[in-house]
Amino acid sequence: MKYFTFLLLLILLNLSFGASGQYYDDPKNHDCLKCHSQQTYSFHNDMLDSEQKRLMNPYLIIDTIQLRNGVHHNFDCTDCHSYDYTTYPHIATLKLEPMATCLDCHAGDESFAKYEFEKIDEEFQKSVHYKDYGDNFTCAKCHNQHYYSPSARNSSSVVEIVEYSNKMCLSCHNDMKKFSLVSGEAKPTVVTIHDWLPNQELHFQHVRCIECHTAVEDDLMVSHNVLSKENAVRRCAECHSANSMLKASLYKYQNLQERAEDGTVLGMLSNENYVIGSHQIPILKIISLIIFFGTLAGIAIHLTFRIIIKKK
Amino acid sequence: MSSENKIYFYPLWLRIWHGINALGIILLIITGISMNSGFEQSVISFKLIITVHNYAGVIVMLNYFLYLFGNLFTSNKKFYIVKPKNFLKRPMKQAYYYAWGMFHGMKSPYPLSEKRKFNPLQKYTYIAVMYFVVPLVIITGIGLMFPELIFNKIYNISGVLITAVTHSAMGFFISIFLIIHLYIASIGKSPLDNFRSIFNGWHHV
Repeated sequence: MKYFTFLLLLILLNLSFGASGQYYDDPKNHDCLKCHSQQTYSFHNDMLDSEQKRLMNPYLIIDTIQLRNGVHHNFDCTDCHSYDYTTYPHIATLKLEPMATCLDCHAGDESFAKYEFEKIDEEFQKSVHYKDYGDNFTCAKCHNQHYYSPSARNSSSVVEIVEYSNKMCLSCHNDMKKFSLVSGEAKPTVVTIHDWLPNQELHFQHVRCIECHTAVEDDLMVSHNVLSKENAVRRCAECHSANSMLKASLYKYQNLQERAEDGTVLGMLSNENYVIGSHQIPILKIISLIIFFGTLAGIAIHLTFRIIIKKK
Repeated sequence: MSSENKIYFYPLWLRIWHGINALGIILLIITGISMNSGFEQSVISFKLIITVHNYAGVIVMLNYFLYLFGNLFTSNKKFYIVKPKNFLKRPMKQAYYYAWGMFHGMKSPYPLSEKRKFNPLQKYTYIAVMYFVVPLVIITGIGLMFPELIFNKIYNISGVLITAVTHSAMGFFISIFLIIHLYIASIGKSPLDNFRSIFNGWHHV
């Protein structure tokens, strides 16, 4: 709790100064990034009294460009990580200190209310990720806290949004090392699992994994209830005819987003969103064709009789 | 207003409404069908089709208020009053006339006059279309334009889906109405007579 209060205080201070990414403007002179943004780092070894150069652990290298574009770019490293990290060599026990979780800041705050973090958490707790790995499966497993950028909010290109979203899943599901961190078992690649899916590449480019692998919630921007693979959508017709699972939530979201960018009447009318596949429910299609051709046939018969009678 | 077998059935406001509505609905049907069929590679781009559909939709909606207020504030509303007596018999009789009677020398059972602009079948259809189907297509259209207004779910079915399906189903009924409307309009003094009437306002009886 003490830690949390300190963190909050830092954040408040930080916001009150209206900071915007100034911490990372010059990585080479940043206390942490001068080492953690480089492949190698140098330090003075007091014991040997010599300058030493070593390789940086690749998992601890921060991509400063992504960091500056991420949502958290206006927090300094020590806003979240312990201030004691400013000394080197870092104290070993620092690794065991608990970190603040996403919900420590994002839950119960009115300015984040519209993103419904509590509901996201509720949905997440129903997911296979939580059921299998519990609290070890943190938000950060998918949403990299250093680099996260809300692509669905910033991009108007569906392909871009899909790519960004799918990268999150694939960062583990297509990476044996990261996958084993969570599951402890080796898995065949995503491509083999989806062998049954026609036009696999096209699907992966245009459809988010979560369209088939989560329970759809229209009011959430993204449903976090990731289902087990047995419960994933496998029937083509679910998306291609019978249901608009596809895009239902993205449609809502994109629509609101475009209006936020251009709230004028003309902007609203030029909104190009469209609910894919929702209009082609097979039974309705058959009924409508029957009605349509029935109408035409009725008119044709009636017209024929009118012409015959007139000729008489 | 009437003179020698002619009645001034269609005042100017009504003709303006009808004209805008006709063009708007035709545009909506064409763009609506092309969206449903999902041709991405057509002469007009898919995105433009959606934009045209949005514009036409809003124009038809605003125009609908002209129809509503026109009927509210002029005497035109009296033509829509339904008599409870023989509620079903009257339209049936008209249907029988269209299907059988008119080919066997029967006189129109409900000849049009100063007091009667629509035959019963026509009246019922217009009421259903103008006060049920069209408002529903407008409301669902607004829902699709402002999806935050749509309820999230009804029994596990997405609200966006229900709204979209209702929208296209109602659009479909309007298309069927249009086909029948155009055909029945050709049953007049001459096949083109009624089409002339909606331009000049005078109906031949």
